[in-house]
Amino acid sequence: MTQEIAPEARKGWMSLLASAAEGRLVALFDTLEAQPDHDWLRAPETGGVMVRGRTGGTGAPFNLGEMTVTRCTLKIADGTVGHGYVQGRSKRQAELAAKLDAMMQTEAAAEVEDKILTPLRQEKAAARDARAAKAAATKVDFFTMVRGED
Amino acid sequence: MYVAVKGGERAIDNAHAWLAEERRGDTSVAELSLAQIREQLKLAVNRVMAEGSLYDPDLAALAIKQSRGDLIEAIFLMRAYRTTLPRFGTSQPVETADMACDRRVSATFKDVPGGQVLGPTFDYTHRLLDFKLAAEGELPEAPSGTPRREPTPHVTSFLRGEDIIEDQPASDATPKDITREPMSFPADRTTRLQTLTRGDEGFILGMAYSTQRGYARNHAFVGELRIGSVAVEMDIPELGFAIEIGEVELTECETVNQFKGSKTEPPQFTRGYGLVFGQTERKAIAMALVDRALRWRELGEDDVGAAAQDEEFVLSHCDNIQATGFLEHIKLPHYVDFQSELELVRKLRREAEAARVAAQQAREAAE
Repeated sequence: MTQEIAPEARKGWMSLLASAAEGRLVALFDTLEAQPDHDWLRAPETGGVMVRGRTGGTGAPFNLGEMTVTRCTLKIADGTVGHGYVQGRSKRQAELAAKLDAMMQTEAAAEVEDKILTPLRQEKAAARDARAAKAAATKVDFFTMVRGED
Repeated sequence: MYVAVKGGERAIDNAHAWLAEERRGDTSVAELSLAQIREQLKLAVNRVMAEGSLYDPDLAALAIKQSRGDLIEAIFLMRAYRTTLPRFGTSQPVETADMACDRRVSATFKDVPGGQVLGPTFDYTHRLLDFKLAAEGELPEAPSGTPRREPTPHVTSFLRGEDIIEDQPASDATPKDITREPMSFPADRTTRLQTLTRGDEGFILGMAYSTQRGYARNHAFVGELRIGSVAVEMDIPELGFAIEIGEVELTECETVNQFKGSKTEPPQFTRGYGLVFGQTERKAIAMALVDRALRWRELGEDDVGAAAQDEEFVLSHCDNIQATGFLEHIKLPHYVDFQSELELVRKLRREAEAARVAAQQAREAAE
């Protein structure tokens, strides 16, 4: 049964799943009570996305180079459609991302949120914090030597 | 005339078999894994992604292994793979102001919000070989501080308030894509930046160095250099909104250049820009210097005839795959071409000899 989904919320989980490590996602997925079957609407395929930057950081867009992305679309047993767009070339990760996207639109949402999205979000924040903490330790503390003139 | 000559197949097969064996090297030494290359030769991986113009660390590691560490060969493999990928779309421009910075330094302002963050840099090392690395050993954990969670503002944003630095107004113009349509001259700045960011690091470095030594001198300061990761967002047509499709590590360099003014522009600071995949600091600084030198026309500066100002020269020769392709093809069989050259030179020699003999006979007859 498909529920009404706010785009912001869906953007949040799809973005999180896009950069989750395949191995971690597989392990977390295995903890779910029920793992729905699916039919492919679009089987996983790997392609490129042209990444753009801005001239001077703020100006006109320019093409920086491509990144690999794998995407797929599937339908779980109750008819809910899920999309997966993930960085890199893992078809398994794209499949799980699409399946979880579909499940997040159903009554399984609470369990997916609890067992998969919450840990992924926490791990991502922790990894980011750990790097930021190492960076912070390399921040220069300037001080001026006062010369005794008297 | 084209003459098909057969007979190389066995030699080629055997050469490739030997190549595979040489690639593996001494089998009593453990084989390299892709994860080892990705994690421990990360800057090589970054260069291969940047110049291969494809962000995928695992593929770049594979390319480095396959190419036996020949990075231009690895870049070639990445470029070739890239052409096989269907294009899903283009991302929204990445917001480098929101970068999670591993490193961020400014050579122009000592006290900037966010501070001078050195990151994992080679700077201030003594460049002495460290023989401890020759032995295996546990590494002490690097110290941690209080993590900064808010974005670090761009240094140039502080100068903008004073109207003393050239503005780079945002636009939504669709840039040209050199992977889709051939470059033409004069090229616009977005085409130049796309070409420079995947250009050969050595070539861009040499061009940038030439501007510092006086060929199109443009007095660059590194206003800011930052390295870190940014989210990549793309509009998903089937959803009708954008999602993050991943994260890329980038190096961004903005130079601030003294500028006395020109026929069209007031005295102010102008800017050069470098943005490159991965932790690729030398390349990003060099790119910013070359970008600035190539902007002479739009800033109303004089063309002093320096190589770094000549966009056709710089953009046509900075691609190491194009350059390698043309350079290395001359080692392949040119037997028929050379046979005709040989015939021509022999004929010219015969004619020159005949002319010499005729002239000598004429001189002798006259005496």
